Amino acid sequence: MNAPRYTGVAIGLHWLIGLAILVSLSVGLYMVDLSLSPTKLRLYSWHKWAGVTIFSLVLIRCIWRITHPAPPLPESMPLWQRVVAEGTHYVLYALMIAIPLTGWLMSSAKGFQTVYFGVLPIPDLLNKNTELGETLNLVHRYLNYLMIAIIGAHIGAALKHHFIDKDDILRRMLPTVRR
Amino acid sequence: MTNRSHIFIAAALAFVANATQAIEYNAVQADKSAITFTSKQMGVPVQGRFPKFSARVAFDPAKPDAAKVEISIDLAAIDAGSKDANDEVVGKQWFNVKVFPTASFTSSTVKAAGAGRYEVTGPLTIKGKSSPLTASFGFKAEGDNGIFDGGFTLKRIDFAIGEGPWADLSTVANEIQVNFRVVAAAAAVATASATKSK
Repeated sequence: MNAPRYTGVAIGLHWLIGLAILVSLSVGLYMVDLSLSPTKLRLYSWHKWAGVTIFSLVLIRCIWRITHPAPPLPESMPLWQRVVAEGTHYVLYALMIAIPLTGWLMSSAKGFQTVYFGVLPIPDLLNKNTELGETLNLVHRYLNYLMIAIIGAHIGAALKHHFIDKDDILRRMLPTVRR
Repeated sequence: MTNRSHIFIAAALAFVANATQAIEYNAVQADKSAITFTSKQMGVPVQGRFPKFSARVAFDPAKPDAAKVEISIDLAAIDAGSKDANDEVVGKQWFNVKVFPTASFTSSTVKAAGAGRYEVTGPLTIKGKSSPLTASFGFKAEGDNGIFDGGFTLKRIDFAIGEGPWADLSTVANEIQVNFRVVAAAAAVATASATKSK
């Protein structure tokens, strides 16, 4: 089994970002309905710091991906699946960029600057504007719902390839296990 | 000219002389004045303001020692930066506005502190607790208006602003920077001096 694999860096970034997204998304869904408390303020800050971290990692990942193309899909895959797979990945990348951006813009519009780890202030692109803040809140929320759907499809497809088609799609993104 | 008109002119001159001698800024322009504050939440500065307050000021830059300031803030009107925060900070653990609707400050001393700078001290009372306050401010005259710009750092724990879980200072910092800008016209002064000259 010497099917082409993703590079070690790509694999590392994939799982690191994937895990960070799952944690940040869960925290985000949980924190929004809390009544105001120190815990809520803490969770919001952690969520924002996670967002800045994810965004930075995604930028590195995009550069890596452009300079290190993905291994080709197995020849057994029909054309429509290749098209859907490629489209899904573009949407995933777009969401990984757009979601942190809308979160940051929303925070600025609501009058809360994002200060990375409570130390590094990230400039506000928008001035305080409560109405715009509410709109961006909705955009951020619905992009995340879309993200949840796409992640579901992404995981579902990977498992289907692994257990039903029994091809190398999942294995080429798994960390190498030396035997 | 009759004697009577001489007296009138003399009185008018006395009035002008007195009015120029002592300029007292004491008619506060509420719409031009503002009390704002900056709190820090998880290291993030958040702007707020007290849109409703009344201020009484009597200030003659030539005689700062005689100046008087009284400020009373309607806490229920607070804008703490977001709707969530506004609903929260009027509650029991913060300002408890049902029991303590106002915060107040009365000056006990005012003194000059260098070019155009002054220092006012006096008790600040919030939530039933009084603590001595010193605030530094600058004064400048613009036309008929006197503009007082100053601020101080308030430690919220001194007044039990934020009790229970909110007493934790790692989320909302203890130090709250309060800034004020009070604009007062020199309106009623002339009357005061003219009365004296009689």
